[in-house]
Amino acid sequence: MIGLEALYLIGGAFFAAIAVLSARDATNPKRWKNTAFWGLFAVSFLFGSHLPDAVNGAVVIGMVLVAGFGGLGRGEPATTTPAERAQSAARLGNRLFLPALAIPATALTGTFLFKRPELAGVVDPKQATLVSLILGVFAALVIALPMMRARPGVALQEGRRLLDTVGWAAVLPQMLAALGAVFAAAGVGEAIGQIAGQWLPDGSRFAAVAAYTFGMAIFTMIMGNAFAAFPVMTAGIGLPLIVLRFGGDPAIVGAVGMLSGFCGTLMTPMAANFNVVPAALLELSDRNGVIRAQVPTALLLLLANTALMYVLAFRF
Amino acid sequence: MLSLIGIVVVVVGFVARLNPLLVVTTAALVTGVAGGLGPVEVLETFGKAFKENRYVSVVWVVLPVIGLLERGGLQERAKALIGQVKAATTGRLLLLYFILRQATAALGLTSLGGHAQMVRPLIAPMAEAAAEAHHGPLPDPTRQELRAHSAAVDNIALFFGEDIFIAIASILLIKGFLEQNGILVEPLQLSVWAIPTAFVALVVHGARLMLLDRRLAKTLADGRGE
Repeated sequence: MIGLEALYLIGGAFFAAIAVLSARDATNPKRWKNTAFWGLFAVSFLFGSHLPDAVNGAVVIGMVLVAGFGGLGRGEPATTTPAERAQSAARLGNRLFLPALAIPATALTGTFLFKRPELAGVVDPKQATLVSLILGVFAALVIALPMMRARPGVALQEGRRLLDTVGWAAVLPQMLAALGAVFAAAGVGEAIGQIAGQWLPDGSRFAAVAAYTFGMAIFTMIMGNAFAAFPVMTAGIGLPLIVLRFGGDPAIVGAVGMLSGFCGTLMTPMAANFNVVPAALLELSDRNGVIRAQVPTALLLLLANTALMYVLAFRF
Repeated sequence: MLSLIGIVVVVVGFVARLNPLLVVTTAALVTGVAGGLGPVEVLETFGKAFKENRYVSVVWVVLPVIGLLERGGLQERAKALIGQVKAATTGRLLLLYFILRQATAALGLTSLGGHAQMVRPLIAPMAEAAAEAHHGPLPDPTRQELRAHSAAVDNIALFFGEDIFIAIASILLIKGFLEQNGILVEPLQLSVWAIPTAFVALVVHGARLMLLDRRLAKTLADGRGE
């Protein structure tokens, strides 16, 4: 059955290739740091499931020490000039969109297909979307490589060019997910819930609703993830006050409460995959550029959520 | 309460703009020790959590294709295409993407967008090209702002669309949590109440995108102009 382990082998092979190509790139003054960083990441992907957890931890610490001081370098793999790209775009025309759209198309078809009973056992149904997405990558390569008369090595070098623009930020989302797990093990959520509980306003419905929606947003900003905030804030404020004492509708409180958390996600660098990674990927000079673009909408929506919960929760 | 020290590390580290990898790792180690774990146990907990979250980083395998298509001129083609559409302004284009992204997310098709697959190769170049077609060459800060807005549209439309779908992780989390507390709700009840916020998100962000168009016209009035 194709599941996460197969994907980890593919990912490991990709990061190993990046490490090797980085080692051979003399244009990158920090090429050995890049090699060590992506090499260690490849080790985690290829062998992580079989290594003792202490060794996995040591691999992470190694990566952090390599990238944490002085960062990684940026290689300069051979690519096309703007003039060549314009020429190629004119020659290939809209055919260029075909591989780009093959990725989501395959992801979509696969997600539905692999959940059908006839295909049970081929792909782990829980990972159907991720497996299909990676299949889509290969489908796109099969279309694009002959179309552009390129060898697979060229695609790997182009991939390295993009991965170098993202740099160590590429690992940050996974690192934050790991931090979340450590927080959970150490009981950080409960501790925050206790503090929030002590500040609880009593009496007014509106104060309870506002404490819950703003609490969701702030807690989400700290943890980087609304899923971590939801159980704690709802157990602390949403359920005991809004639902049980004031008789609010639990479905409305839950749904709008979660969406208030999402407002927080838009405003924090802790949500790295949504905010920090795209800033790197789009080569913004300001690491918080994406957050800046989102803050006005996030704040207005937080106010709207508070009003919606106050108006709707006690009426239905 | 001592376990909260990790949060202090994170906040101070991010505000001081230290390398986030160092900040996050330090926070994890400090939290573990404060939580009463030994040094080896902390290392094991962090290593195990890192290993179990590898699926988060698998998506980078998409980069060779995106890089290859950029090499072949995908961004240029996307720009040329949008430049031909006279009615296409940056704000309208981003609003159209917002609506498509929100609508597909509401149907559970969250993998149709994304920063690596859609925003960098297609949406951001198109947003820039639409502004260039109306106002001439863009100053670098404007170019960066348009890129940031392209990423923001992808995020906001996704967040406030996906909860309308009944089988998305957050809806199942809410249902599961309420169930543990003895309250039974159907996923459909929850997703219905995601609709008002989704609508407000569309209106609020749509209005901001229209204002963005106006602001571009005003600040870039020296260019080719309309």
